[in-house]
Amino acid sequence: MSYVIEAEDISLSLGKKQILDQISFRVGEGEIFGLLGPSGAGKTTLIKLLTGQLKQDAGYARLLGRDTGGLGAAEHSQIGVMMDDLGLYERLSVYDNLAFYADIYHISRGKIEELLESVGLYEARRRAVSKLSKGMKNRLSLARALMREGKILFLDEPTSGLDPVTTRQMHEILAGLKKKGVTIFLTTHNMYEAASLCVRVALLNEGKIIEQGRPGEICRKYNDLNLLRVTLKSGEEVLLKNSPASALRMREYLEQDAIWAIHSTEPTLESVFIELTGKEWI
Amino acid sequence: MSKAAAIFKKELKDTFKNKTILIQFLMFPALVPIMENAVRIDGMPENFFVKLFASMYIGMAPLTGMAAVISEEKEKNTLRVLLLSNVKPCEYLLGVGVYIWTACMLGAVVICAAGGYGLRGSLVFLSVMAAGILVSALIGAAIGVWSKTQMMATSVTVPVMMVLAFLPMLSMFNDSIAAVAKYTYSEQISILLNQIDAPRMEVSGVWVIAGNGLLAALLFAAVYRRRGLE
Repeated sequence: MSYVIEAEDISLSLGKKQILDQISFRVGEGEIFGLLGPSGAGKTTLIKLLTGQLKQDAGYARLLGRDTGGLGAAEHSQIGVMMDDLGLYERLSVYDNLAFYADIYHISRGKIEELLESVGLYEARRRAVSKLSKGMKNRLSLARALMREGKILFLDEPTSGLDPVTTRQMHEILAGLKKKGVTIFLTTHNMYEAASLCVRVALLNEGKIIEQGRPGEICRKYNDLNLLRVTLKSGEEVLLKNSPASALRMREYLEQDAIWAIHSTEPTLESVFIELTGKEWI
Repeated sequence: MSKAAAIFKKELKDTFKNKTILIQFLMFPALVPIMENAVRIDGMPENFFVKLFASMYIGMAPLTGMAAVISEEKEKNTLRVLLLSNVKPCEYLLGVGVYIWTACMLGAVVICAAGGYGLRGSLVFLSVMAAGILVSALIGAAIGVWSKTQMMATSVTVPVMMVLAFLPMLSMFNDSIAAVAKYTYSEQISILLNQIDAPRMEVSGVWVIAGNGLLAALLFAAVYRRRGLE
């Protein structure tokens, strides 16, 4: 697999505070990579560093094989960035916001309408950005990031503050992009989002990656208790060891038609984070 | 250049929806014809309001316009997104600067027309205004680059603007103020504008304006070097 984003032992301090500490990961072409962490973990800083807005103190970061400290027009044309603060022109209309960037990128006006359709904002194209909902603003920011049809998309908390329906719409758009082969680097503090969207994730805490891998593999790795939670029709919950030793008990329940539901108790990404850091997920 | 042109076009669209900036651009050009026609006092110099408001316009509109546009883009992170889109800082500053200068020059044309000057007078008037607007825009750019938020920009812009805009008027009433004011470009612009109808102009003030322009450019360079556009 060819890697389009590479970070090796990246460290960064701002003032006396260590923001990133020996961060290493690689993102393959066409992959959705999720960086999970609570607020203040260093996620946005890492995106800034990978997109050349900041320079690391130590280690190296490469984007499309080039050092992120020296990204040129060719690399910039291959990346789309959606920051958490969006950076939209509030007084201008939806269309004018994209038209401005179309002029910057030398892209035809026809592309704007196509993009507005793809993110479901065509009907709102004449509306001032200040009059849009949070979800619509997020989708507009995403449309702007998609304008150049780059190979890599950086999304900083793309669904933060969105309702479940809009979140699902965003997820559908991102899944569609993945099918087109776009590499997506996304930060989130929503573990369900990460687990459902990302091929691989990294858990970031206080500037350090404390675990990374496929979401399912991480959860299985920390499944120390390996229990089954059996909910009986009587309302009682029974925890059984997920092993042949529990077979007899399970058989009894099945014969009595007493089982309402069976769930495994494998940890979630959130519980793994809590186990590793001893901190609550915020 | 095309990116600077796109920024120019965007600023043009935005101005019509930005009341704060729009008022700055329109207030004096709108007031001058009204005041010139409505107020007549015996002994009042010819084109009194044209000359007074022209120098005040120079001290206000370009300065507040530049500072407000840059500081707003910084505060709302639109500038960061622009720079990420491979727009160079010089292209951004050129686009905004040329826009503010052009918009202010349009205002200057309106003020000039209200003065009813001939061709020579109009050329002198607009040349003097062009130079003054450029110096003010540089000071405004320095304030905008220095400020992280619009609030910070306003807190600096207002006193600077008050001094530059009102010095020419205050110096008419107080010799001590006039003695200090003569070293500022807004006062020298006022002096030059007052000589437009004279057969011979005293042009030594041009050096003061050029000197002020150089200082404004150095100030901008120093602030930009320290803060950049981040």
